[in-house]
Amino acid sequence: MVELSLPKNSRPTKGKVWPKSDAKNLRELQIYRYNPDNSDNPSIDTYYVDIDDCGPMVLDALLWIKDNIDATLTLRRSCREGICGSCSMNIDGLNSLACTKGIDEIKGVIKIYPLPHLPVVKDLVPDLSNFYAQHRSIEPWLKTKTPAPSSEWLQSYEDREKLDGLYECILCACCSTSCPSYWWNGDRYLGPAVLLQAYRWLMDSRDEATGERLDNLEDPFRLYRCHTIMNCTNTCPKGLNPAEAIAEIKKLMVERRV
Amino acid sequence: MMNMRTPYKIITGLGSNKEGTMHFWYQRLTALANVPLSLFMLWFIFSLRGATRADFIETLSSPIITSLLVLAVISFTWHMRLGLQAVIEDYVSSEIHKVIFVTLNNFFCVGLAIISIISILKLAFGG
Repeated sequence: MVELSLPKNSRPTKGKVWPKSDAKNLRELQIYRYNPDNSDNPSIDTYYVDIDDCGPMVLDALLWIKDNIDATLTLRRSCREGICGSCSMNIDGLNSLACTKGIDEIKGVIKIYPLPHLPVVKDLVPDLSNFYAQHRSIEPWLKTKTPAPSSEWLQSYEDREKLDGLYECILCACCSTSCPSYWWNGDRYLGPAVLLQAYRWLMDSRDEATGERLDNLEDPFRLYRCHTIMNCTNTCPKGLNPAEAIAEIKKLMVERRV
Repeated sequence: MMNMRTPYKIITGLGSNKEGTMHFWYQRLTALANVPLSLFMLWFIFSLRGATRADFIETLSSPIITSLLVLAVISFTWHMRLGLQAVIEDYVSSEIHKVIFVTLNNFFCVGLAIISIISILKLAFGG
């Protein structure tokens, strides 16, 4: 059933307010904390970051906190330039990458939560196991029956262009975890990120498994839970349009049926 | 109880059921049909303001009016059945409750359609 409120033991409580430094230019950050090693509810801790001593992005502020205030704050990050998708989290109410979100883009208190509606491993680290399994389920690799050519598979310039706006997805899961349909039916609905990837392989002129791929997607839950809510497109930190990709998959489905 | 199933086992479940496209397609088709049929219904209701029962039955018994009314009932209830089913599938995750609600929805929409159509035909063929 739809869960309109969090289970009792998941409701965040008011957490610790960490002491301010003497710096002039401070920004307040309220960050979701959860420690699986004790039985406490999650809490919202408050930190004050010296903006003059810190880089311009939200990720810089988080790392500044780790370095200067609280080393136990846990988050994923790697490339710090929006290409690995590790530091996806809910910043100021919108799923985004901490490394590409500027501190100056946010007015007032900066509120940071893990990606919505996923089990939390610790602090800002969600459990993405189902998400990765869903990506695996669409078999995101080139599938062919024709014997492989002696050199590479050829593709026309026009066909290659059809993959633009699809191949750039970094699987950060911002879109899928912003989608209410994915919240309610995340075990059966594939979600916008995985469907965008599915469309990327449907659109690949070199792939020979288009029909098989469509068979695998044709399901009231896997595909048709998308009701064009558009949160996915609104939140994508790479500026992609998963909603359009899903609409295109639906068009292919109708095309082969009607 | 500890769930020891792998994520891949959970998300692939019973596999794709190879359906859903016609549900999606008929939802769009009936939505499209509902636009002119709703306008017709509005015209029909407003054109009969203040009419007597005899006037009403005379208008209703025109084959075109009768057909359009029956078509409207079919399109509206069909669209309602598809839409409500989508809502139930979205929000009810318990399998047994889902089956019960989808079945009740089917009974309700088909029942409503039959009663409406029989009523229209009864009036059209002489009240």
